[in-house]
Amino acid sequence: MKTEWQETEKSDIAYRVERNTLVITLGSELDHHSAEHIKNRSEYYLYKHQIRHIVFDFAKTNFMDSSGIGVIMGRYKTVRGLGGTIAVANVSEQLERIFVISGLHKLVDRYQTVRDAIQ
Amino acid sequence: MFQNKMEVSFESISENESFARVVVAAFITRLDPTLEEISDIKTAVSEAVTNAIIHGYEGKRDNQVILRCEIRDREIKVVVSDTGVGIPDIEKAKEPLFTTKPEMERSGMGFVFMEAFMDRLEVESDVGKGTTVTMYKRIEIPMRMEESCEKSH
Ligand SMILES: Nc1ncnc2c1ncn2[C@@H]1O[C@H](COP(=O)(O)OP(=O)(O)OP(=O)(O)O)[C@@H](O)[C@H]1O
Ligand SMILES: [Mg+2]
Repeated sequence: MKTEWQETEKSDIAYRVERNTLVITLGSELDHHSAEHIKNRSEYYLYKHQIRHIVFDFAKTNFMDSSGIGVIMGRYKTVRGLGGTIAVANVSEQLERIFVISGLHKLVDRYQTVRDAIQ
Repeated sequence: MFQNKMEVSFESISENESFARVVVAAFITRLDPTLEEISDIKTAVSEAVTNAIIHGYEGKRDNQVILRCEIRDREIKVVVSDTGVGIPDIEKAKEPLFTTKPEMERSGMGFVFMEAFMDRLEVESDVGKGTTVTMYKRIEIPMRMEESCEKSH
């Protein structure tokens, strides 16, 4: 199976393509600053590869605000148009509250691990 | 009564959002907040500062955001001010999902989070003059200390 890793210059965010799924391992904080970066990079991967699904891995993430909601919603709209889905993995209790208050938990599938999410 | 105050002014760039969160978190450590309380306050600060940068100053740098923080006993007051465009209808702006920047992937949840994670929120704004957001939160007396003392005995 072809797997491509690419660590980007300035951030602790990692992007990986597995077949038609883009796995984004988020950094420690998902705010307005990192959201801009994720938006640009994921659009690039979506057009370059045949991506249908996106998995956001929150294993390293301890902070997210409404900018995170915005960037996930934006990707949701894009992949839904392609018949794809959005999944999240390793969401902490604190971040879970953000997902619930924003209603985003109804739009994304939640998994314990990235492996589960890909399958 | 314990009292303390601080004020910082920083440029309107997105890098400074994390700076503002860290400053407030460091300032309140004396009250021994729980991880959840710290996280709530960081989220609220982040929302107010991000709003000042992207809405107040419309993403333009070379403008200053002012962050003030005050502790009175166990209550924290956080004030975030900009001298940007202002908000024409504050009640409307506070509604869930209301945003004037949908094309920038804003979800209209900022004020909802500030209200959910803090005890009280006040917004003052004048069109053309700027916006000041004031938030309050009480930090409960930590129970963890007694608990951990009992455990160690
Ligand atoms: N400091 C400000 N100056 C000018 N307008 C503001 C300011 N803060 C908020 N607003 C206005 O209030 C609206 C709602 O703010 P809110 O933070 O709830 O949502 P948002 O910023 O649009 O989206 P999100 O916070 O979810 O990314 C904004 O779209 C903007 O029009
Ligand atoms: Mg906002």
